[in-house]
Amino acid sequence: MSEKVLLVDDEHDFVETLAERMRARGMEVSATTSPIEALKKTETENYDAIILDLMMPEMDGLEALRILKEKNPDLQVILLTGQATVEKGVEAMKLGATDLMEKPADLKALTEKIRKARARKMIIVEKKTEERIKTIIGGKGW
Amino acid sequence: MTCKTDIIGEIGLQFFGKMSSSNFHEIKNVLAIINETAGLLEDFSEKGIPADPERLRSLALKIMKQVQRADGIVKTINRFSHSVDRPTDKVNIADFLTFMVGLSERFAMMRGVALKPQPPDTPLLITTAPFLLENLVWLCLDFAMDAAGSGKTVGMSAEKAENNGVRIRFTNLDGLTGSMINTFPTEREKALTDALRAEIINDIGAKEIILRLPCDISGQP
Repeated sequence: MSEKVLLVDDEHDFVETLAERMRARGMEVSATTSPIEALKKTETENYDAIILDLMMPEMDGLEALRILKEKNPDLQVILLTGQATVEKGVEAMKLGATDLMEKPADLKALTEKIRKARARKMIIVEKKTEERIKTIIGGKGW
Repeated sequence: MTCKTDIIGEIGLQFFGKMSSSNFHEIKNVLAIINETAGLLEDFSEKGIPADPERLRSLALKIMKQVQRADGIVKTINRFSHSVDRPTDKVNIADFLTFMVGLSERFAMMRGVALKPQPPDTPLLITTAPFLLENLVWLCLDFAMDAAGSGKTVGMSAEKAENNGVRIRFTNLDGLTGSMINTFPTEREKALTDALRAEIINDIGAKEIILRLPCDISGQP
């Protein structure tokens, strides 16, 4: 199964081209220049990874990250930014970002991070399923 | 060194850092687009995808557009860096307004505000401290963007004032309120207006801020 990715960056030419290259590598990619639209998309779609820019006109990337993680702590968010500072990186990690990459990025490295993010998400989902099954079995007294 | 000099030095460094990092961030965005577009061309060649001339043309145009964009950013940041070369110099206000809009554009875009320079028809030349003037105009713009209100537009015009001085107007400030003008100018702007022999006037009725500058910072007519 292919990785399902949401790409969020206010640079239209950037998201359009990167999305095309990622699709050519077998990923299922949705792209948007609007962080507000991205938040809406995550309400109805289940993504393996979200690639998020830090500085966008509608909403700051860190604020978008905070809302995303608040709604769904299991979401795997990779920040891809031209303004990577130590402070921003620390803040992003505190808010629960999976990783941070600097623009211009190497697609091979980004793909690797997306795969790792997906694997991490699957482990979380499996653990939660296991816990749920244990709770059901425990409740039945088996 | 006086306390006032320290304030000017401190806010000047902050301003220089803010403008430099913002413009370098823009360049990183440009490089990222060029990187992905070149990568896409490489993908075509690696996978042996036959080159559609129209597609190749559109990708080449995309790269050229970004090269022009980067050139504009580099020119702006280069001019900005050189504004500290001379403590005082002649400044053409029409050209200066356009330059300030270019320098501040990304900040305006991030706040969803459009900057509309309306340069004067006739040349307005003053002798001033270019870097300090840039800093003061940026601080006025920063405040004006907060006061833009729902109109989300800040106009910038200039006209001749008394004694051959110049008035720069920051207009369309629909959100300018009484409580806002109590907070502006702050100590930072006051230090710069003193150094530039300038004056800031808040006109709440006209929804504008006026920056009055002398013809010559040295006090000569």
